[in-house]
Amino acid sequence: MSEHAGTSGRPGAGASTSSVAAGTARPLQDIWRIVGIWVALSIVGDLVFWFVAGPHVPPGDMTSSASGAQFDFNVLFMVALPVILAVWTYMGYAVIMWRASRPGAPEPIGGPRARSNLKVQLWWIVVTTVVVLSMFVFGTVELIVPAGAGGAEGPNPIWTPASKNVLPIQVIAQQWQFTYRYPTFGGMETSTLIVPDNTTIAFHVTSLDVIHSFWAYQLGVKIDANPGIDDVGYTTTNQLGKFTVRCNELCGIWHGAMYDYGKVVSKAQFQKWGTSTARATAANTKYLPPFAWTYSPTANGATGVTAANTSGQAPFSKIQTYGATTKAKKVVKNVQTSTTTITTGST
Amino acid sequence: MVTRKQLQPVVRREERGLSRSGRIAVVLGLFAVVVFLAVFAAMAFVATEPPTVSFIKGHKAGSAVHLVAQTDGAGGTGIHPTWVSYQVKTPQSGKWVHTTLWQLPTNTRIDVTIYQFDSGGPLRNQQWGRVTGTTGNAATLTGTTFTVLNSYKRPVGHTFSVAALGINVPLAGVKTTEKGFCQSGPCNPGTQLHHTVTFSFKTPKTPGNYRFQCFIPCGAGHYAGNGGPMQTLGFMGGFLEVQA
Repeated sequence: MSEHAGTSGRPGAGASTSSVAAGTARPLQDIWRIVGIWVALSIVGDLVFWFVAGPHVPPGDMTSSASGAQFDFNVLFMVALPVILAVWTYMGYAVIMWRASRPGAPEPIGGPRARSNLKVQLWWIVVTTVVVLSMFVFGTVELIVPAGAGGAEGPNPIWTPASKNVLPIQVIAQQWQFTYRYPTFGGMETSTLIVPDNTTIAFHVTSLDVIHSFWAYQLGVKIDANPGIDDVGYTTTNQLGKFTVRCNELCGIWHGAMYDYGKVVSKAQFQKWGTSTARATAANTKYLPPFAWTYSPTANGATGVTAANTSGQAPFSKIQTYGATTKAKKVVKNVQTSTTTITTGST
Repeated sequence: MVTRKQLQPVVRREERGLSRSGRIAVVLGLFAVVVFLAVFAAMAFVATEPPTVSFIKGHKAGSAVHLVAQTDGAGGTGIHPTWVSYQVKTPQSGKWVHTTLWQLPTNTRIDVTIYQFDSGGPLRNQQWGRVTGTTGNAATLTGTTFTVLNSYKRPVGHTFSVAALGINVPLAGVKTTEKGFCQSGPCNPGTQLHHTVTFSFKTPKTPGNYRFQCFIPCGAGHYAGNGGPMQTLGFMGGFLEVQA
């Protein structure tokens, strides 16, 4: 093997000396070209993403937590895009401008560019550290400020909403359907999730059997459902519409069938729906276990074996401020059903 | 026993010998055959499902379908004879068939009669004590109309629940201690202890497979009572196959 082949890695690199000279003669020009291309691509890419794709990024903006998730994703993507473009720009520039076959290209092994450069290394470490730490701080703030951002906070939430007018809705998971209890309306239980617009909602999620996960996709809410646990998450609705609820935790063979649809309606419609549903379900509501934050999966009897309220929240204080309790209680108490309810009998 | 004569042709073949690529091709070919057979066997096992009983054949458009089924504490037949099961009466022969795949016509009133032979207990969630999605949101239990069963006082054996259609009917359980309790299906409504539950509902205009299940965790011996028959087609899980 010739000396040239051994050092340059390619045979016949007779012009290597002149190539190195040509390559080192304009390192700043190369760098500024790369930086220029990168900055242009980054600005265009970020602007196009923010204005064209950003508003359509799921889960949309039906609630504060949904729009928060969309905003966070868009910001993080816009931070990440220039990093990706920096790598691609450098790679593309190197492939095109520093091809071995290109006249004047530097040698791939050796030469000034292959040596360490303290300044470059320092800049690289400082910039990447700042970028990653900024994203960490941004993500943490975006999780804390909107009271958990629609995620589960366990039975003792530390990030609670500023609003004192919070509507609690209990989500009860059971293989393979969700049901919803509304303490606001006398503890009625339904298979339909209806929520009012412009309202801060506290979802209290629990399970009667195995682990599930309550995932109201367009609401930007995802809270695990564990038996014996009152898992709390908050969101604020700000748009009318239909949303999908899915179980997001593999919970058995029919896990894929555990979904339903909910609606965000106006406050007036919600009150009307709640009152009429409380009346329609009153005959059964009186047999339900007393409202509690959790229910024992093996609870038998109308007394209901319930766990202690560890959330620190009085179940009805916030509901009363919402304004429906008295009315709903009266509905349940005074309900007159024309149908027969079977409570006793022999076989 | 293989004789030396029988071995000779083999020896001659070996002497001729296969090329290296030929041997690799043979090994790969055999491997492919084995994989194919294994996948085929696995798919055949997984794809096994109970028969479908059709309520469409011979059905006159505009008339109601009468669906008669029974729920048994033990199916009595098939690979899991001890599992709790549905059986349905075919409209053609009147025989009981161990299946939960029921083919129904679209946009048709279905008059259902269920003979409930199994024992019961309190519902895990009393929400399923309500009758919903049926005509008038009501059903009858041995002739008496009801809209709610208080399962803490009146044990429920099973529920017939079709989530997508909003249908839920609690089926009251019988007492195992009473005379005539059916130990194994198919049970005889004429002679054995049961409750008769009737209700009607209308099938949707849109064809589709609508899953039904039971919300009483009646899969005894399985985790949370929800495994085994609770989730298996032909037992307590099934489909209303609504077709035009």
